[in-house]
Amino acid sequence: MFNFILLILIYTAIFALMAIGQNLITGYVGLLSLTQAGFFAIGSYVTAILSVTYGWNFWLTVPMAALISSFFGLLIGLPTLRLKGDYLAIATLGFGEIVRNILNNWDSLTNGPMGIQRIPMISLFGIQISPYKKWGFLVLVWIFVLVAYFLFDRLAKSRLGRALEAIREDEIAASSMGINVTRYKVWAFILGAAVAGVAGSLQAEFILSVTPGAFTFMVSIMVLCMVVLGGMGNFKAVILGAFIIQFISYFPQLVGLSNVIPPQFKQILFGLILVVMMIWRPQGILGREKRSAPRRLFRSGGDV
Amino acid sequence: MTRGPPSVAEVYLIKEPIVGSIAEFFQHLMNGLTLGGIYALIALGYTMVYGILKFINFAHGDILMVGSYIGLFTFDAIRGQTMGPWTVIAFFIAMLAGMLFSAGLGMAIERIAYKPLRRATRLAPLLSAIGVSFILSNMAAWMWGTKSRKLDYPFDNSPIYLKGVSITPHQILILAVVIVMMVALKLFVDRSRIGKAMRATSLDQDTAKLMGIKADKIIAITFAIGSALAATAGFLIALEIKVYPSMGTMTGLKAFVAAVVGGIGNISGAMLGGILLGLLETFGVALLGIPYGLRDTIAFVALIIILLVKPEGLLGKAEKEKV
Repeated sequence: MFNFILLILIYTAIFALMAIGQNLITGYVGLLSLTQAGFFAIGSYVTAILSVTYGWNFWLTVPMAALISSFFGLLIGLPTLRLKGDYLAIATLGFGEIVRNILNNWDSLTNGPMGIQRIPMISLFGIQISPYKKWGFLVLVWIFVLVAYFLFDRLAKSRLGRALEAIREDEIAASSMGINVTRYKVWAFILGAAVAGVAGSLQAEFILSVTPGAFTFMVSIMVLCMVVLGGMGNFKAVILGAFIIQFISYFPQLVGLSNVIPPQFKQILFGLILVVMMIWRPQGILGREKRSAPRRLFRSGGDV
Repeated sequence: MTRGPPSVAEVYLIKEPIVGSIAEFFQHLMNGLTLGGIYALIALGYTMVYGILKFINFAHGDILMVGSYIGLFTFDAIRGQTMGPWTVIAFFIAMLAGMLFSAGLGMAIERIAYKPLRRATRLAPLLSAIGVSFILSNMAAWMWGTKSRKLDYPFDNSPIYLKGVSITPHQILILAVVIVMMVALKLFVDRSRIGKAMRATSLDQDTAKLMGIKADKIIAITFAIGSALAATAGFLIALEIKVYPSMGTMTGLKAFVAAVVGGIGNISGAMLGGILLGLLETFGVALLGIPYGLRDTIAFVALIIILLVKPEGLLGKAEKEKV
């Protein structure tokens, strides 16, 4: 029981990282990207391959995972981000499937459907952080989440974040203000991919093995649900969303009803969450974060 | 999207590279046309909805799956023990049942999940549609099981050889149904009153309303027709592959690509795009030497290329973005 809660919290953290990336892309720029599972897979495999085949230290594989994921983010982003929003969803969905296809078929590198096992555990200053001792791992993954939260929240309030929001509100107006729309979109994509790649690294270290079957479209949908449920454009909210979605995922096991509740229950619920939230509460549980008013030297005469 | 039973493309893609004989060429042509005809039927639903509402109905592939299941159940229920003329009639009755059910389902989905979002942001109906798609495929898995089912053939399916080209009766049936459906749809949209109203609504919804067209009703009819066509395609696919809950996903995505290639919102474009994609897949694997393992990527690469080179599609009109 207690172990289960720890497990949920660990998965919350891993998925919160992906949701933070998705939030930058969907919440800030307003692009529907369905590819977090693809970047998640790339991050996982980078860590798995580098540490198993080449004997790299985990701490070196993390930046590599982020780098390679974001490289693929750039690769898929450059052609597709010129497209209108709706096409992007299909193109990115296709990308996620292609990644899984390649992982399944490139036997010499990825070992095909069997995946890669026996990934060495993380060690930090000689202390081994094993997934079997859940407390240590929990602290580790949440440190990652906090760092990502801090970085992305700062970033979203910077010039970049303002540009992204301008693009969401009105692309044409934004570009006439001198914002290079495609370039900023690609940046959002790269950053979102990088953080999903890091999430992938942690996932590989938590499971200690990677298989292509773990990176289905379902993962992208879960991440999307987290953002929609918590609230688009609010990084705290998507972390809350991540927790709720993970809690729902493990709810049948948590209450010991996993034989009674059909396995499709959670997927149906995720679908319902998307539909219901869109109709009744499109801003999510917490809603978009309100921008604090800039300090003014002079009082302005009312709202403009 | 799990690695399950084969998608319909795999039936018609021949892995071995061919030694360029004329017969083999026609063989691929025939296979490509059959596959393309199926894509075209599905693409019509995407394109009609997009033409009117300017959004991608992500659940379209899952409506196809439901239609396929309903058709299969009906056929199993009403067909007799032996093959004969009755089984062929029963086949068409089952197809009709699937179409009607899917049409109702499509209208219900529109009413519940999309209509409240007409005035919302662009993202909202898309997300809602993804939700619906997920609900449908998982409901199907829950109610009907994840195991794939096989449709009993309505008649003998031993291939006919025509100068070395093997053509199965199923292929002939598929092509015939596809052609009849397309001609009927084209006539309906071009000649009938409702078709005229559909065209008006897709051109300019507000003006159409001012002219006394009940736009909501037209949108519902569009969903019904698109869903019925998807169900037809789904039932035809059931002749060639098994029926399973996620069968609509990949086929649906490819059909969407076909709609974009032809020019989304354009009915003739969807037909052309579907046929072209079918041919591209069969010839891509057979002649261009695209590895069989990457067959599903062909459509997505085609999508990206067409969107970069001619974003309005082959038959679409370029739209200027207005401020």
